[in-house]
Amino acid sequence: MGSTLPLETYPGKVNEVTIGSQKIVSIGGENTLPFHSFEGNVPNKPVIAYEIQDVPPDDWHETLLSAYGDVTKDPVKWAQYCEQTLKADAIAIRLVGTHPDNQNKSPEHAAQVVRDVLSGITIPLIILGSNSIEKDAQVLVSASNAAKGYNCAIGKAQEGNYKTIVAAALANNHNLIAMSELDVNLSKQLNILITQMGFDKERIIIDPMCSALGYGLEYSFSVMERIRLAALTQNDVVVQQPMLGDVGMYVWKVKEAQALQSDMPRWGDQRMRGILWEAVTAATLMLSGAELLIMRHPDAVEKIKSFIDDLI
Amino acid sequence: MAMSGIEIFKLLPKTNCKKCGQPTCLAFAMKLAQRQVSIDACPDVSEESRQKLSDASTPPIRMVTFGVGDRAIKMGEETVLFRHEKKYYHPCAISVEIKDTMTDEEISKTVADILDSDIERVGQRLRIDAVFLNNTSNDKVRFRDVVKLVSEKASGLPLILSTDKPDIADEALKSVADTKPLLYGVTKDNLESMCDIAKRYKIPVGIIADGLEEMSQLTERLKAKGILDMVIDTKPRSAKEILTHNTLIRRAAIKKGMRSLGYPIITFAQRDDDVIETLIASLGIIKYSSILVLSNVRPYKNLALFTLRQNIYTDPQVPMQVEQKIYKIGEPTDTSPLIVTTNFSLTYFIVSGEIENSKVPTRLAILDCEGLSVLTAWAAGKFTASRIANFIKESGIENELSRKEVIIPGYVAMLSGAIEDKLPGWKVTVGPREANALPAFLKAWNG
Ligand code: B12
Ligand code: SF4
Repeated sequence: MGSTLPLETYPGKVNEVTIGSQKIVSIGGENTLPFHSFEGNVPNKPVIAYEIQDVPPDDWHETLLSAYGDVTKDPVKWAQYCEQTLKADAIAIRLVGTHPDNQNKSPEHAAQVVRDVLSGITIPLIILGSNSIEKDAQVLVSASNAAKGYNCAIGKAQEGNYKTIVAAALANNHNLIAMSELDVNLSKQLNILITQMGFDKERIIIDPMCSALGYGLEYSFSVMERIRLAALTQNDVVVQQPMLGDVGMYVWKVKEAQALQSDMPRWGDQRMRGILWEAVTAATLMLSGAELLIMRHPDAVEKIKSFIDDLI
Repeated sequence: MAMSGIEIFKLLPKTNCKKCGQPTCLAFAMKLAQRQVSIDACPDVSEESRQKLSDASTPPIRMVTFGVGDRAIKMGEETVLFRHEKKYYHPCAISVEIKDTMTDEEISKTVADILDSDIERVGQRLRIDAVFLNNTSNDKVRFRDVVKLVSEKASGLPLILSTDKPDIADEALKSVADTKPLLYGVTKDNLESMCDIAKRYKIPVGIIADGLEEMSQLTERLKAKGILDMVIDTKPRSAKEILTHNTLIRRAAIKKGMRSLGYPIITFAQRDDDVIETLIASLGIIKYSSILVLSNVRPYKNLALFTLRQNIYTDPQVPMQVEQKIYKIGEPTDTSPLIVTTNFSLTYFIVSGEIENSKVPTRLAILDCEGLSVLTAWAAGKFTASRIANFIKESGIENELSRKEVIIPGYVAMLSGAIEDKLPGWKVTVGPREANALPAFLKAWNG
């Protein structure tokens, strides 16, 4: 059959985004569908960032906390543990403590934590707000200023707050994560608004909104596939960014990841179930186009890494 | 390749004679394009046209079944490469391998685990669908005995028999042929005699070939011998090869109309590590496998794979829904809270999960909104004050409550006045917006 193999090439290509200043990672850059190296060029593997937080997590499951031990009490130690012991390629710090319903920490606190973490690590840092639209508009600005020169990825800029965040990322030369709600057109629209402010479209990462296995994963999957198809087949430059799967946060709050076997005897061992839930969610999003994944459990990360190696 | 009504019309006699029961040839063509009628209904169509039309109306991937009765497994008939285009059709069957080198006790235990693998999710019963019986021993008598043992213990469970030895297959099939098992193990070397067996027992076969090219030659040879019910294994080893082979096979069949690769795919996911095995199986579910073979039964693994399969195979146009009714969580009394929301399965899952977390016994009234989320249903006019009020009234729940109060989602706070107007004697309370604030809210409400 040889020559009649139905190979396809595409007019479009995904932008390559590079994060970090000392050690760096690159994502995207492919001119084909996810892992289709049999018909296109796939220069970079998906990258996994370990999630850490500015304040000790009060809602993380025991299965997660026990994987880290005491380091979760201190963001710098936590970040160093990820880099040195877990051999992380990148870290994502989520500034949950700044949320008005959490500890309502100040933008200055956020800046301080970011500065401390950055001076303790050499791998790239992704800086995430608390997902409070109003508060993130301030917090991410001061965090962005504090991280000037480190070439971070910062977000999430959403329709309701993108202006200050984009301006700060632009001024401090960071990459930007743009999040919209599970819709190809909303994603396009937000990218247009952001680039209209003079932000380079090649420095955006799209977050089309993640969902966990069993909790709307099919929506995230299909939105990612459609965004990627638009980028490749229609050569639509508005959506040619690499994509983010914010996996851990969504997975570890669902019942299937958390419920103890004693409560759900038919669901089997909780620890294995939680790890699988995170790994399967990550794998599914990767296969639909996510190149940057934010994850929590070290065992899930390790398995996803070997799965990536098997796919490359 | 599917043809349009107009393309079909061009091949019809165009006499509008009505013998097919349709008013015109065009009307008949339109029905044919939607597969609502058969070309046989037109007595006057030329032989050449009939041939073209029957080619066009057979699905690009052949439907193959194995097993009998209500557990029979249907595969194939897929028409797209991406699930947003159109629903994926026959959910990938999940099977577990039993080797005939295992002891009878181990085999019985595995069969029991398979039969006990049911999980209920969004009104669907999910379970291991089939057993893959592997003739690892290469021993004829042992294989026959194991096949018998399993078919007795797991009556009704579809079987896949794996052997490339015609005489072993023949012997094993004697006792189980009427359950229509799948005979996996046809290769270029045993093709002739395996085909004879498959024909004699009228069962589908699994073909093994090195890659796509050899596979398309083998399926043509089987077709020439009158065997059409096949599943194919091109022997991908790594995840990369599974993705590559499966994608190219699906594409060749659907986009190029290549009949020689238009068959369901069987994928072997067995790996030493449970998590890796689950990831390989996930790849199969997402990328076009019709049968997966796993190495063992583990409840956590099943739950993840069943859930993924359910997600991937839902109709993108019809969201998953739960039944309209008032669900009891815990053991609510006449003073327990009553919450109302929509029947989108996701909304139901999240809200009921948070109610469970609160440990406050609660009634959860689920209104049929065609599977839309709270705000989507509101925007679509399906989660309205009058529909909510009618639902509460007609449910008769009033008689079970001493405290006539209904809690509505924070996102539809604007409905509270109108619901109170339509439900005299009731109090409407606006709950928090996000369900994760429900535990604190319910505890306070109760307090
Ligand atoms: C996916 C989606 C769709 C999907 C539908 C998926 C589905 N099954 O519902 C599709 C693409 C079909 C769709 C269509 C439309 N959509 Co829409 N959609 C969304 C989106 C992105 C997510 C919805 C979702 O799945 N949420 C998850 C579920 C679990 O959320 P939920 O049901 O609200 O439940 C949460 C809370 O309400 C709470 N909760 C639920 N019940 C209860 C009960 C109590 C007592 C309490 C306390 C809490 C609580 O718990 C849950 C978790 O916190 C939202 C944006 C968003 N982020 O909400 C827009 C959104 C809901 N859609 C919107 C619109 C306008 C539409 C359309 C009218 C668009 C159009 N012009 O065609 C159509 C209408 C559909 C129709 N048939 O006519 C708007 C609504 C605007 C508004 N404020 O009214 C939104 C908000 C997007 C936007 N920002 O514009 N949509
Ligand atoms: S029977 Fe055939 S020729 Fe007559 S109207 Fe129907 S399609 Fe046309």
